[in-house]
Amino acid sequence: MTRAGGPPVAEATGLYKRFGATVALHDVGIRVEPGEVHGLVGRNGAGKSTVVAVLSGLSTPDAGQLRFAGAPAPPLADRVAWRQLVSCVYQRPTIIPSLTVAENLFLNRQSADALRPIRWRALRQEAAGLLASWELAVDVRRPAGELTVEQRQVVEIARALSLGARFIILDEPTARLDAAGIGRLFDRVRALRQRGVTFLFISHHLAEVFDLCDSVTVLRDARQVRTGPVAGLSRDRLVAAMTGTEPTARDDRRPTAPPIAEPVLSVAGRGVTGACWDVSFELRPGELLGLAGAAGSGVFALAESIVGLRRPAGGSVAVAGRPLRPADVPAALAAGIGFVPQDRHREGFVPGLSVAENATMTVPHQLGRHGFLSPRRRARLGRRAIDRLGVVTAGPAQPVADLSGGNQQKVVLARAVADRPRVLVLMAPTAGVDVRSKDALMATAVDAARAGAGVLVVTDDLEDLRYCHRVLVLFRGRQVAELAGSWPDTELVAAMEGVQQTP
Amino acid sequence: MTDTRDTRPVPPDSPAVDARPAPAAGRSRDVAVARLRDLALIPAIVAIGVVGYVVSPVFLTHQNLVNVLQQQSEIALVVLAEALILIAGKFDLSLESTVGIAPGLAAWLVLPPGVAHGLGLVPGAWSVPIVLGTGAVIGAFNGLLIVRFGLNAFIVTLGMLITLRGLLTGISGGKTFFNLPASFRYLGTATWLDLPASIWICLLAYAAGIAVLALLRPGRALYAIGGNTDAARAAGIRTGRVLWLTLALAGMLAALAGLLLSGRLASVASAQGNGWIFTVFAAAVIGGVSLNGGRGTLFGAFTGILLLYLIQNVLTLGGVPAQWIDALNGGIILVALVLARVTTGKAQE
Repeated sequence: MTRAGGPPVAEATGLYKRFGATVALHDVGIRVEPGEVHGLVGRNGAGKSTVVAVLSGLSTPDAGQLRFAGAPAPPLADRVAWRQLVSCVYQRPTIIPSLTVAENLFLNRQSADALRPIRWRALRQEAAGLLASWELAVDVRRPAGELTVEQRQVVEIARALSLGARFIILDEPTARLDAAGIGRLFDRVRALRQRGVTFLFISHHLAEVFDLCDSVTVLRDARQVRTGPVAGLSRDRLVAAMTGTEPTARDDRRPTAPPIAEPVLSVAGRGVTGACWDVSFELRPGELLGLAGAAGSGVFALAESIVGLRRPAGGSVAVAGRPLRPADVPAALAAGIGFVPQDRHREGFVPGLSVAENATMTVPHQLGRHGFLSPRRRARLGRRAIDRLGVVTAGPAQPVADLSGGNQQKVVLARAVADRPRVLVLMAPTAGVDVRSKDALMATAVDAARAGAGVLVVTDDLEDLRYCHRVLVLFRGRQVAELAGSWPDTELVAAMEGVQQTP
Repeated sequence: MTDTRDTRPVPPDSPAVDARPAPAAGRSRDVAVARLRDLALIPAIVAIGVVGYVVSPVFLTHQNLVNVLQQQSEIALVVLAEALILIAGKFDLSLESTVGIAPGLAAWLVLPPGVAHGLGLVPGAWSVPIVLGTGAVIGAFNGLLIVRFGLNAFIVTLGMLITLRGLLTGISGGKTFFNLPASFRYLGTATWLDLPASIWICLLAYAAGIAVLALLRPGRALYAIGGNTDAARAAGIRTGRVLWLTLALAGMLAALAGLLLSGRLASVASAQGNGWIFTVFAAAVIGGVSLNGGRGTLFGAFTGILLLYLIQNVLTLGGVPAQWIDALNGGIILVALVLARVTTGKAQE
């Protein structure tokens, strides 16, 4: 694994950090060798973000040593020195949307001196040259706000490289990318590794660690539980290290086949402008149906048109035989559709409101009559949701903004199932969520199906699809495959990537 | 032209808007359109010129155009100040009361007691430094509350607006200060190269502002801060200091506007600047400055205020009764915003 040799690019030993009563790091060490991709995994709250903050110089540990290439870390205030050592690509964009790519690359160093005029043409050329030299392709004249998540990451990586950093931290870079985008990101990371750039790669997805990383450090409950090469490590061992439990055989999580019954959701000839055409399927009560597709496949647009978030171009949707008014969320809710939207931060919850308020937002009629809400009943329903989904929270009154991503998603799902929907539409339900929460979320979906709901799981996550009875695959807006029973992942991926023959 | 409370919004006409390029599909064309947005109001200004010429032959005369330019020069400086703050992602409502209090305070300090109801504490030569200094101090104090204490800019400057308005009423006793010293009146009345000095000052301020915002790092820092403060800070920009200086500079520009206005009118009315802020915001937004920060140019802001004044001038020349001009101005602002929304295809920011 150590290709380049020399002292470790970054080495931390004996890190301790407390925030009030919370222990964030307890004797944690990490050693990143030059030219490797080092994975950092752990469930939410395991201390990954604290390690990142320490390594990128945003926070000092209470105790412990930090060295870069053998030399002690610079003082926190010396941002210039830090930026030349290490750079972090965060999940939250650190670009200025209204400025061009070129200017973002050279922000605050557009000219040699603050009072010397900027030479725009030269700046653009330099930016284009920089991107080209690292074989990254983005038009430097475009406003950064128009970039896709993937292109934005490219710009941030290029900016880090141009500052002189050869050690780059990628903080869950795949959370908001589709399968194809993840593939391209990995290619890029490998190409840069070839040229001597070192990465610390943070992810929830163990498959990605096996795919990309040379070595891995596992954190659990603020402690470092494992460090070592990835080669020869089994998935179960890694999961066990992360969760602290022995691996259990749970290969077939698929519930038993649903009863034959009248469809609870029928979609016929549904099209959405620019997204999908002529999609038809039926969903029976008790059935988990996967709707799979990579980005650009139109699955999310299709799902949004079913729940009323998006205006369809044509086709019909019926719930239990009764046609549904298009583009009308209240009508969809009234008809018995519950859903988890794709972007939970934007459409999923109101961050400032409490867990209980969010979880009961769809069911005011259960809280009281004539428009009055009973806080007591709301707290009771909120507590019930917390128990059922295992939301880690201080209580129903805690604002959702304070929860971790996985727990926020549980609240969104609680809201979706609060009214015992006949149809449950889950869009990317486990995106950016840790392993344990993932299981809890999908278990709730299975419970809903057992209780008689039809569940539509819209995702490109193979693990989530493993819970489904059937999977419908869309590629570039068209239905290309339907898989039932058990299927090899290779076949599913091939269909999603459009590399198979339509059966 | 000696009306104390001119100002009022007004914008484009359909022919002008039709002249804009349609939203382009291609990438490179997007970039071109983004640049053209700066010039979006130029066709509207041309159109209003044509309409003005049809309405009255007086409109296109040298004297009338100079009058319009001079009348709008003071408020244009406030638009410039507000645009700087908006681009940096903040707000300042108190600029309009700075227009009154800065010269008001100076007049109070320099004028002799008695008929002129001043204090007579300092010599008249100090007037201009006092005016500009007052503006800067007010801006810096806003900055203290907004940047240092993290208070909401809208509420802070609203409180400041009311306070300063009250202060001016207090020191003036609700009366107007007359008999201002010569240095006080100079900039508002002087003529340089056949044009009123206030026009030159206004144009120079805009030219300097446009250059700084386009070509210097401190100028670009305003866009960065308004676009994404955290990212700007991460890039090493001292966001707090830049905001603070911007607010102080804006206060000083508003005070300069007050100085020019007081000089031109040879007095400081206790209501000086009253109601300007609405026109200022309307001009900035019509000119393409985003209320969310990070977007817009000073050139756009200038065309915004110029357009509003030209339309007002045409309405006056066209014999529209003064009682109706307010309603028409408001309506025209709304129409302009709708047209901007329709033609750019983007939600108003």
